[in-house]
Amino acid sequence: MRFTLAIFGLIASLALQPGIAAPADIKIGVAEALTGNAAQYGVSIRNGLELAAGEVNASGGINGSKLALVIEDEQGKKEEAINVFKKLIFQDKVLMLFGPTLSNSAQASDPVAQAARVVVFGTSNTADGITSIGNHVFRNSVTEADILPVTLKVTAAKTGLKKVAVLFGNDDIFTKSGYDNFNKALQHLKIPVTTTETFAKGDVDFKPQLTKIKAGKPDAIVLSALVAEGAPIMVQARQLGLTLPFIGGNGMNSPRIFELAKGSSDNLWVGSPWSVENPSRENKRFIAAYQKVHGALPDQFAAQAYDAIYIVAEALKKMPATGVLEADRKALRDTLPAIQWTGATGPFKFRQVADNNGKPGGYDAVQTAIVMATKGNRYVIQN
Amino acid sequence: MLAQQLVNAISLGGVYALFALGFTLIFGVLNVVNLAHGALFMLGAYAALYAVTILRVPLLAGVLAAMLATGVAGWLLDKMILAPLRKSHAPHLAPMIATIGLAIVLNSSVQGFFGAANLRFPSEVLPADVLTLGGVQITWLELKIIFLAFVLMAVLLWGLKKTRVGCALRGVAESPKAASLLGVNVEGLFRSTSVIASMLGGVAGVLIALYTNAVFPLMGQPMLHKGIAVVILGGMGDIRGALLGGFFLGFAEVFSVAYIGSTMRDAVAFGLLFTILLLRPEGLFGKALERRA
Repeated sequence: MRFTLAIFGLIASLALQPGIAAPADIKIGVAEALTGNAAQYGVSIRNGLELAAGEVNASGGINGSKLALVIEDEQGKKEEAINVFKKLIFQDKVLMLFGPTLSNSAQASDPVAQAARVVVFGTSNTADGITSIGNHVFRNSVTEADILPVTLKVTAAKTGLKKVAVLFGNDDIFTKSGYDNFNKALQHLKIPVTTTETFAKGDVDFKPQLTKIKAGKPDAIVLSALVAEGAPIMVQARQLGLTLPFIGGNGMNSPRIFELAKGSSDNLWVGSPWSVENPSRENKRFIAAYQKVHGALPDQFAAQAYDAIYIVAEALKKMPATGVLEADRKALRDTLPAIQWTGATGPFKFRQVADNNGKPGGYDAVQTAIVMATKGNRYVIQN
Repeated sequence: MLAQQLVNAISLGGVYALFALGFTLIFGVLNVVNLAHGALFMLGAYAALYAVTILRVPLLAGVLAAMLATGVAGWLLDKMILAPLRKSHAPHLAPMIATIGLAIVLNSSVQGFFGAANLRFPSEVLPADVLTLGGVQITWLELKIIFLAFVLMAVLLWGLKKTRVGCALRGVAESPKAASLLGVNVEGLFRSTSVIASMLGGVAGVLIALYTNAVFPLMGQPMLHKGIAVVILGGMGDIRGALLGGFFLGFAEVFSVAYIGSTMRDAVAFGLLFTILLLRPEGLFGKALERRA
């Protein structure tokens, strides 16, 4: 299979790497936040993408062609994401795009890709409505709306909880939407709520709320918080003699809890698409490869990015390639939805969603969440 | 539940009172609303954290390190900012705005040096013992905070009433010009008040960081907002008022959570505060306004 992309692009790549003969590289755009506030996620994503692309290339590439990542920094900003998307699509003439890092930016930049009929693949966008932008928008990041019900169900089955108290930060869009999703799941599972309490960002004292929660005698506390507030909440709950389980969202799914709530971090239940503790063959292989290159343990962002490359590689191997950019872009879009893959994050497939006009839109992830409970400074898988 | 909420209210009140003491002192003597007090509070917490984790000294030495760092900062605050403004007879708002600038500088420097993430004291130094008395839980740390708030208030009140320095301070607070005519070293007193008030802020920072289990660059910001409310409620510049105002806000917050709902907490607490100020504009212990004129 041959991919003749832009003529001067080919010349340039030949000029830079005179040893490599045709077939030409497959250019894939990467737009992630490599600087700025979201850089801690964006850099992980880039690491995961590079690791997987290197592995694919080392094992023969795509029917002889190599994957060439064209990496750009979108700085975690909407405007920058739009600029970078345009550059990658129109100037670099990439076959498809990975990114951007934040859902906020994806809302702004994904319509650019949709309009240009280029596949855009998010590995970290979890907000509602991203994939309803259009039928060129794909993601393998599982949304909180999918994960929280599983977390609740597994925790209820394992701990036998009958009723819960809810505590959430009501001045933050992320913790508030986590609360909404928890609430929906609680109603669906018919779990009664003893009391719903709130706190605000920057609060230091949660004992009044926790004392009130304690008086309602719940079996568990559903907590939609970020670690910054969640950790002291757990510490103060244990000080008040509340030993019951905490059930958290993605905001509480961070190893930092072991440091910030040291001594009080046990019995926190969270769901995640990926766990460092998952003993599957694919995951062990990924973790070992990542550690070898970066000397540190990978995180969820790296794992999802790593799997995303393999998902796209599967599609590239199966699709009929013509060497004409527009035709190949279309072929990729038509081949990708049917791809199934078992990687570091477990078995994966796509599910089509409706777009804003009710027509067939983009593709969300179908994947089983891993539910974990903390015990002795580590996560223990429960399902 | 009532007993536990009472204990919660007293310990939260102690936290607010401790923060408000230094804040009200600097206002009472220098007549400056020190909006950098929250940043000094944060600086104290970081200084102690640095001493305990990097220099590996015991917690008490960490508190001393916090006092040293904030004491120096307080000295610089007066020397570099407040004294020149006094000298040039700057308008009343100038020092207040200048202290906002200082707060931004301190916050950004600390963030640059330590990063923006929440840090915490290592669990070895953290006093984590919990006392249980008839179903009510309280930590030793909370008891220490409440105790310290009262002790510091008593010492400050005694010092102001009974010592020569205190006498001079009260004179300065009344009228710097008159005090200076009577041979009081007004500038020196201003400088040392800034140092002492900053140290109080630093100690409060360490204790509250231990209590809340979190040290981060903007930790002083919410405390500053509450602290201003407490000091206004107590009567600007009044030591007893800071303590009483702190406990009042603590009780108002805790009992609005307990009996009305946590979403209404700040609305109820600050609504009550507003009502009191309507009835007593000078604050609980405030002097009549014309004496300041």
